[in-house]
Amino acid sequence: MQEFLQYFFSGITNGAIYAIIALGFTMLFNTTGLINFAQGEFVMMGALSLISLWKGLHVPLAFAFVISVAGVSLVGMILERLAIRSVRKPHPIVLVIITIGASIFFRGLAMIAWGKDSHSAPAFSRNTPLEVAGATLLPQSLWILGIVLLIVIGLQFFYKRTLTGKAMQACAINKRAAWILGIPSERMVLLAFALSAGMGSIGGILIAPITMSSYDMGTMLCLKGFCAAMLGGLGSSWGAIFGGLLLGILEAMGVGFFSSGLKDAIAFLLLLLILYVRPSGLLGVRAVHRF
Amino acid sequence: MRIFLFALAVLIIGLGVSNPYHLQLLTFIGIHTLLALGLNMLMGYAGQISLGHAAFYGLGAYTTGILTTHWSCSPWLALVAVLLLTTLVAFLVALPMLKLSGFYLGMGTLGFGMIAFILFRGWTGMTGGDSGLVGIPALTVGPVSVGSGKMYYALVWAVVLLCFTICERIVNSRVGRALRAIHDSEHAAAAMGIDTARIKIWVFVLSALFAAVAGFLYAHLVSFISPNTFDFMVSIRIVTMVVIGGMASIWGAILGASLLTLLPEWLRVFSDYEMIVYGLVLMMVMIFLPQGLMRGILDLYERSRIKYRRPSTPSRG
Repeated sequence: MQEFLQYFFSGITNGAIYAIIALGFTMLFNTTGLINFAQGEFVMMGALSLISLWKGLHVPLAFAFVISVAGVSLVGMILERLAIRSVRKPHPIVLVIITIGASIFFRGLAMIAWGKDSHSAPAFSRNTPLEVAGATLLPQSLWILGIVLLIVIGLQFFYKRTLTGKAMQACAINKRAAWILGIPSERMVLLAFALSAGMGSIGGILIAPITMSSYDMGTMLCLKGFCAAMLGGLGSSWGAIFGGLLLGILEAMGVGFFSSGLKDAIAFLLLLLILYVRPSGLLGVRAVHRF
Repeated sequence: MRIFLFALAVLIIGLGVSNPYHLQLLTFIGIHTLLALGLNMLMGYAGQISLGHAAFYGLGAYTTGILTTHWSCSPWLALVAVLLLTTLVAFLVALPMLKLSGFYLGMGTLGFGMIAFILFRGWTGMTGGDSGLVGIPALTVGPVSVGSGKMYYALVWAVVLLCFTICERIVNSRVGRALRAIHDSEHAAAAMGIDTARIKIWVFVLSALFAAVAGFLYAHLVSFISPNTFDFMVSIRIVTMVVIGGMASIWGAILGASLLTLLPEWLRVFSDYEMIVYGLVLMMVMIFLPQGLMRGILDLYERSRIKYRRPSTPSRG
């Protein structure tokens, strides 16, 4: 039981990170129908810029957090403006290759800026583990869960209560119809890029204290984020959160009870399983023909 | 006719180039062309994306690697095993996978590719894990060794020519027309009486076989394989070859493969900035020539010809 609880804690921590990366994907996919392969690089940029600002330049944590998120959001907007918007015939495969090009480009930039070594950040607050029913819980896990919860609530508020959020949902349902109704759908796409990049960077900032961050950390996180999004159902925000947490917990259980060699395989086995059994995902309802 | 000209070009280049580094580069272009050709059949003609093609590339390389080093099996016998195993695996993967479409198919193949990669890395007893598999023997035909240099160049390009011919025959046949129909609309194709499921599986297996043969040739050329040669980025690179060269164009495949093989070599001069430039080139080509280089160049040619013929009429923009 104690073991189980321990794995559960570590799983839910990782799961929250996957969930927030998957949320970023989902948001962008809904508004633009685009799968962004550079999402992992936003995570990496968030983590590394926080480490530089906080540890290197001794900027207070809250400021460093805000500056990193704002910076990465700006990068996301620039990417949309320069690379995505200027495509004349936006065929999905072309857009996918562009985001892959962007991810390689960002990785190259990060390698120059931060070097090839890994960096780490101290925990956000004191680092004495808490005892919960015999299992230990790191305070950083609480930070992660708390912030992810805040973001989810904030996002719900944004979608349900604000005009911009509703406009964005309208774009997700039908971009052209939204445009006819006077919603500046191009600006909504830009906003979606900014928000999804920002969310990726928050994911990076949150895991900076619990893993080593380096310029090439993005790819695996990006793929895990995909798996989480697919697991919950591509296009559904709750699905992304549910898929992320489920993936994190199952991964931790698999590593704990079977073998640590399985860690990365579990995500992809689950992905294949869900695609075979229920391609629309656990919480998804939409047909699977969207491209 | 074009095939003969192409064969002639290959022959002349083969006789003309003597620098071993250049020969090796040309041989790699051949191997990459095989990969791109196979994926082009699947992606360009049938419109089914695969983000896990490196898995079949690796399957070919590791099957022959394991058979020849652990059981000192003859490479040619190993080739038969490669072909059989790949057919089987590709068939089993395609059966459920090709019911999906679009991003879902992309994700499914991606997952398959990752699992294959994890297997190559994790099955240490057989594959040697991260440190790789060493000592894969060179190919011999009777008493002659075709281990490297001109002989291997000739072998690889002979295989490429063979696959070229196969592709060209398929594309211009009933099956090829069926594939293009599926590309445009699967429902319409089915309504016209095309057995879409069967043809999709069939072309998936074909493209997997091309990739496996490429893996076989790679393993015996380099004699050392490690999992990193078959990771996710390699799958992406194969997709990029197809898209940059131009989808649904057999000649685009060779153009894309050549470019993406040579580009990293040229970018060596940038050393640390290599990734930045590579990413930029990728984005630029896709932004300005989304149809791929082959079509882009042809379009430019057409436009300039029209201009040349009728200099007085303004271009239609």
